[in-house]
Amino acid sequence: MSTIETPPAAKTAFWNDPVKRGLALQSILVVFVLVVVWAAWNNMSANMVARGLIFGWDYLGRPANFAIGEGLIPFAPTDSYGRALFVGLLNTLRIAVVGIILATLLGVALGVMRLSSNPLLARLVSGYVEVVRNTPLLLQLFLWYAIINALPGPRQALPLGPGMFLSNRGLKVPWVEWSPALWPVIWALVAGIVGAFIAARALQRRREATGDAPPTLPIAAALIIGLPFLTLAAQGFPATLSVPVLQGFNFTGGIELSPEFVALLLGLVLYTAAFIAEIVRGGIVSVYKGQWEAARALGLPAPRIMRLVILPQALRVIIPPLTSQYLNLTKNSSLAVAIGYPELVHVSNTTMNQTGRAVEVILVFALVYLTISLLTSGFMNWYNGRVAIRER
Amino acid sequence: MNRPVAPDALVHYVASEKLADLKPPASVLPSLPVALFRTYFGTPGTAVITVVCLAILAWTLPPFLSWAFVNATWIGTAAQCREAGGACWAFISEKFWFSVFGLYPFEQRWRPATVLVIFAVMVALSTQRLFWRRELIYAWLAVLAVMWGLMGGSVLGIPIPGLAPVATQLWGGWLVTIFLSVFGLAMAYPIGIILALGRRSKRPIVRALSVAWIEFIRGVPLISLLFIATFIVPLFMPQGVEIDRLIRAQIAFILFAAAYMAEVFRGGLQAIPKGQFEGAESLGLNYAQTMRFIVLPQALKITIPAQVNTFIGLFKDTTLVLIIGIFDFFTTLRSALGDSAWLGFATEAYLYAAFVYFVACYTMSRYSQRLETDLSPERVR
Repeated sequence: MSTIETPPAAKTAFWNDPVKRGLALQSILVVFVLVVVWAAWNNMSANMVARGLIFGWDYLGRPANFAIGEGLIPFAPTDSYGRALFVGLLNTLRIAVVGIILATLLGVALGVMRLSSNPLLARLVSGYVEVVRNTPLLLQLFLWYAIINALPGPRQALPLGPGMFLSNRGLKVPWVEWSPALWPVIWALVAGIVGAFIAARALQRRREATGDAPPTLPIAAALIIGLPFLTLAAQGFPATLSVPVLQGFNFTGGIELSPEFVALLLGLVLYTAAFIAEIVRGGIVSVYKGQWEAARALGLPAPRIMRLVILPQALRVIIPPLTSQYLNLTKNSSLAVAIGYPELVHVSNTTMNQTGRAVEVILVFALVYLTISLLTSGFMNWYNGRVAIRER
Repeated sequence: MNRPVAPDALVHYVASEKLADLKPPASVLPSLPVALFRTYFGTPGTAVITVVCLAILAWTLPPFLSWAFVNATWIGTAAQCREAGGACWAFISEKFWFSVFGLYPFEQRWRPATVLVIFAVMVALSTQRLFWRRELIYAWLAVLAVMWGLMGGSVLGIPIPGLAPVATQLWGGWLVTIFLSVFGLAMAYPIGIILALGRRSKRPIVRALSVAWIEFIRGVPLISLLFIATFIVPLFMPQGVEIDRLIRAQIAFILFAAAYMAEVFRGGLQAIPKGQFEGAESLGLNYAQTMRFIVLPQALKITIPAQVNTFIGLFKDTTLVLIIGIFDFFTTLRSALGDSAWLGFATEAYLYAAFVYFVACYTMSRYSQRLETDLSPERVR
């Protein structure tokens, strides 16, 4: 009787063993990265010592000694660099939020118009989209800024609408004059939004359980608009709308949006809207034609086909690229440094020039943008997961 | 049960006598005027849209055309321009060569001119799929080295006999824009592939580093990278070592482009069916061979349109070097605005720049759309 002898397992050389090879490769990579970082840090310390600088964050507390043209919170040159950067951040958020809202509205409108059956409209919009998408944003910003600066002064301001005037000093718009009596209205608005959210979830659950279609949108709208309105009415409308009026050489009343802000907003909105238009158009076109036909065969009227059948499916295609457009708009707002709107990068640039602390300042604003980007994409991924196809 | 059924009740829907003949249907295709009328004024809504569009055109086009063409001055002086009141294209014709070559020494301008010609020939060749072969890559690498050598007068620090050295501070205009974007793309391509493969790697550290790199670059504005290149990188260098400013901006741009290209390639890699990997494995190919011969050729090919789109974005983003004071085409043109003899023609300069960028980007985007149909799976075997 002979047994089959298994040959003794040949000892695998470690470079042929995938596990060990992987470990070795990764260790080399880690060592390499560490050496590069260590060398950079070492050189940086030596260079900073040579320039009489020490790495640290003490500069944030020192007085900034420069003025900031506009901001959401008051700022005086005696305030600290830290506060200056915060004012810049708020200005970034202001342009980003306003820009995203306006670009979405305009972009969706343009996207739908580009699909119009009227070739004149479709061609005009597509011409606009092509021109804007194929020229650099920085150039467009300079162009808008030059155009606004070339406008006539406040006395010959262009009236854009009721109480809105565009001149070389910027845009004047009506604004609610602040009074403490408005606090309850703000709380009512918050309560309305929260209430609308809760109601929408409850109605959604009811629809899934019973199959009725409760009017979610009107109820939500009633809560969001109605509650603040009722609060306002209960107090006897304490708010006064301040409307800009020409007095002498300038306007009084309303609020003034600086030429820099208007140029930046105009540039960002028109640029981003062109990209959003393409995304929206692509999303609507991507919905299979049979869906339209089936919905029509069910006897749904056109607006409900759009709202109930086409949009929910188009949104799945639209949302991921739309997110990156929102992020692009936020990041592109940093181009304001070229035309002088005091947002984060502009304030950082001034701070850097005054303190010479390039590393600490750039680190701060890069991390701020990174945080905004990661938070936005996190939120949008969550939302995207909600509208994604749920396979049952 | 056999209930009798009235015969007329059974066949009540059958006509008992012949109906009158219908008129023949109208011609399916209406005549052209009718079709036009229906398209533009068929319904009240369409009619309103048409009228509004025409009104906008009538309101904006005539003033623009009279400014840009009728009252424009094509050749002349600033005084003549101001007198005519229209667009001052004379300013552009005056500054045209400056916008091409920047501050490059006048008597040496044949060098950037030659570079432009070589570049144009290479681009023309590269758009033809007939020339899409490995030799084209080698040719591009050689040409890029020649372009760089011709511009600066040295390659990798070795001076070329017969060519006076020209510092990069003197480079400008179209040349710098072309260098930034083309070198950016050429270098970003391989780095992007490595990052994309790293992001899909099974090795956690490789993956983590790739993800961190890509997400950091994509999460911050390009300006921060340019600032880092301008202000921080010199601090990272050992004392006495200095890297040229243009090269630092170029490196920042390459790293930026690489992260975006990596995401494009990742999309392509994700689109490759699992069977391709399994097939490669069953043939006994190792990782490098699988990628080299099976996966990458397919992944790179299906992402060519996306690559062109990314490149268009990068090309437009080269204008941002204005903020760190590098004289690309746009910065050069803006510096021409400061000429005291020609003050006040910014709009003309911006429109000229917009026209140049538009022609370049629009051509590329049309080319990418053509490639998309040419390379679609139904047409390519």
